[in-house]
Amino acid sequence: MKNKHLDAIYNGIIRENPIFVLMLGMCPTLAVTTSAINGAGMGVSTTVVLILSNMLIAALRKIIPDGVRMPAYIVVVATFVTLVDFIMEAFTKDLYGALGLYIPLIVVNCIILGRAEAYASKNTVTMSACDGIGMGLGFTVALIVIGLVREFLGAGTAFGITIYEASSIFEPIAIITKAPGAFLVLAMLAALQNKFKMKAATNGVNGGEEKGCASDCESCGTCK
Amino acid sequence: MKSKKEVQKVSDSLSVKASPHVRKSARLETLMFDMEIALLPVVLFAAYRFGFGAVKVIMASVLACVVTEWIYDACLKRETGITDGSAVVTGLLLGLTLPSDINLYVPVIGGIFATLIVVLLYGGYGQHFMLPALASRCFLLISFAEEMTTYTVDGISSATPLAVLQAGGAPNLTDMFLGNINGSIVEVSTVAVLLGFFYLIVRKAVKLVPPVIYVLSFVMYMGLFGGHGFDMSYIGAQILGGGFIFSVAFFAGDMIINPKTVAGQVIYGVLMGVLTGVYRTMGFAPESVSYAIICCNLLIPLIDKFLPGKAKEAA
Repeated sequence: MKNKHLDAIYNGIIRENPIFVLMLGMCPTLAVTTSAINGAGMGVSTTVVLILSNMLIAALRKIIPDGVRMPAYIVVVATFVTLVDFIMEAFTKDLYGALGLYIPLIVVNCIILGRAEAYASKNTVTMSACDGIGMGLGFTVALIVIGLVREFLGAGTAFGITIYEASSIFEPIAIITKAPGAFLVLAMLAALQNKFKMKAATNGVNGGEEKGCASDCESCGTCK
Repeated sequence: MKSKKEVQKVSDSLSVKASPHVRKSARLETLMFDMEIALLPVVLFAAYRFGFGAVKVIMASVLACVVTEWIYDACLKRETGITDGSAVVTGLLLGLTLPSDINLYVPVIGGIFATLIVVLLYGGYGQHFMLPALASRCFLLISFAEEMTTYTVDGISSATPLAVLQAGGAPNLTDMFLGNINGSIVEVSTVAVLLGFFYLIVRKAVKLVPPVIYVLSFVMYMGLFGGHGFDMSYIGAQILGGGFIFSVAFFAGDMIINPKTVAGQVIYGVLMGVLTGVYRTMGFAPESVSYAIICCNLLIPLIDKFLPGKAKEAA
């Protein structure tokens, strides 16, 4: 891909998808994806925080001293999370109730701190914003997919609309919307992603070659 | 520095094959055949007691297991493993623990879960870490709680003996032993289960230490903490109810899911007994043997790790 901004976004959605490839932010992923709507709500609020915090941290990257960068990042992230928290409480009361504690917990989401540390602290404001959009969209898409699968199998609905009801032929498998189902569905989807070798950074041949790396670490010096 | 091609060659010469690698032996077929024979009286008794309904449930569960394994092997383009009979045994064990008149999609989903998720994804029979039939039963219990705990015998649904016991009543022990009670398919066929268990002992297709210790520690626990002392009618009802006998006979002594050392098997047996007792006395569901056993399954690797010694095979 030629355009570096688009490339950063594409990177977040497919090649380094935070859920299925980087395996970051597992706690909200497992906890809130009981339905596609909840997943989307969590994804969008995280995306907003991620974009804004990435931009601000990138803008401040030359001012923040190295020794206290973690507390500084936390303060920046916490500020935006508080904003999102209040806005959601005011305008989307139902969703706010469903997500509950997981909105304040965005502060300690691995994806946000991870991108601040790994990307925003080393890149320009525009590039960091694009990275935030990409990572956020990747997170949102992953949460919606997991939520949709769990909702469909566990409650027979999709985005809250009933698809099928319990009958003598088939009944929704309730465990899928409970905690064990989250692990099962996440593992299955991650395995499918691996099996079909989507262009992910961890899938040696297809994804790796774009970076000049086909899991052949010995003849490669890029990572060192 | 080795190039990628050389690494490839080395792995070729090691002839790495699809799992299971170690524990699968030529004896697996014999073992599974013995299990099938041992389960035969139980199935026959179920057919006599419940009629065609129970047979349909068992058939659905067996078919689901076998077909799942066949499709999985076909997708991986490898020789199918259904001929060794392990999928059939899993299906039989699962089907027998279900209520006899349950809707048929329940055993089918259970069979798929037991075979695909508990066994095949972990590398096939011999590599799994949990008893597939019991894991699947717990999966079904959580998913279809109402269906799984509604038992009807001869069209009459009533409380199971353990529910009666928990409510303070005293179920008739002779009825429980002969099967004139309400419950899942195996709960009513204690005699047939014992018959199958003796066949397994004769054929040496079962480990004896865990089942014996399991029963002893369970009796001890219920006597000490059950609240009724060593009252034989209470302890007898606890032993005869809730699929305990079936679990002792066909799950506790499993040839694959068991610690390797005798000392480990003793610990495993005690853990199962105590945990079953804890669930029986303090849990909200009286029929909770399956939860106790799969919890202990998870501890087997730990037991093996902290009791090194010689991995002597116990009979």
